Amino acid sequence: MKKHFPMNHVIGFLLSIALTLFALFIAFETDFTTNVKLWIIGAFAIFQALVQLIMFMHMTEGKAKVANIINISYSVFLAVVIVAGSIWILTTGHAAH
Amino acid sequence: MASQTSTPLEYSTKQNEMNILGFWIFLGAEIVLFSTLFATYFVLEQSYAGGPTQSDLFILKDVLIETFLLLTSSFTMGLAIHQMRGNNKNAMLFWTVATLLLGLGFLYYEINEFNHYIHEGLTLQTSAFGSAFLTLLGTHGVHVALGIGWVIALIIQVVRRGITAVTARKFFIVSLYWHFLDVVWIFIFTFVYLKGLM
Repeated sequence: MKKHFPMNHVIGFLLSIALTLFALFIAFETDFTTNVKLWIIGAFAIFQALVQLIMFMHMTEGKAKVANIINISYSVFLAVVIVAGSIWILTTGHAAH
Repeated sequence: MASQTSTPLEYSTKQNEMNILGFWIFLGAEIVLFSTLFATYFVLEQSYAGGPTQSDLFILKDVLIETFLLLTSSFTMGLAIHQMRGNNKNAMLFWTVATLLLGLGFLYYEINEFNHYIHEGLTLQTSAFGSAFLTLLGTHGVHVALGIGWVIALIIQVVRRGITAVTARKFFIVSLYWHFLDVVWIFIFTFVYLKGLM
């Protein structure tokens, strides 16, 4: 048990807790504008998602690791296009009509 | 980390490798599914139609409890896989049951949360914000509920059959699903709750 201490998981867990608390701090205890706050906590969220994918889900191991990385990267690309594209299309320029 | 000389049991057969790859592709589709729900929410998040708003509804303390329950359950699920790879069945089952209890705790708080929203006057019919928010949160909650049933079924299988190439592969796949639910929650926590309360 000692020999095989799950160090990766413990680090991942501590990082996730720290990122959650940092996000809370940025959101409620700082004087940045809402926009800046969103960029910062958004970056924390993406970093925490990567921690989960790599340290907990072992995305980068096994024979299919290249396929995994391409597949997840492509899905994330689609997600960004869907989310950013929808916001862009549906919130821009309506005042003129 | 020290014992990476041999392939973990869950990757030991061609069939297992293909099943795990197939599940990653399914998770890719899940990312896209949730992205459509997030997109809908972001577009409609200020369409209240006279109904309650984020700051009327969200209770930070409860959201934090849910967040830490789910985050910890993701960690204990990782420990269960670690023990599975060390071939320690009892330790693996211990961490799995811990995961299950944390997951049930999360679900309990989430059901309370929905109850609170209904009492505050927010239902699927109240406003576009209500529809988008409850659909996003509800879809995540349904995934957690399904995951709990799936984990229970696999606990029974591991108790009866032990750690074999087949049960190890099934268990690894449910762990991917469980961690994925935490990944989705990170974005709900950040872009729905924190953003809504800022």
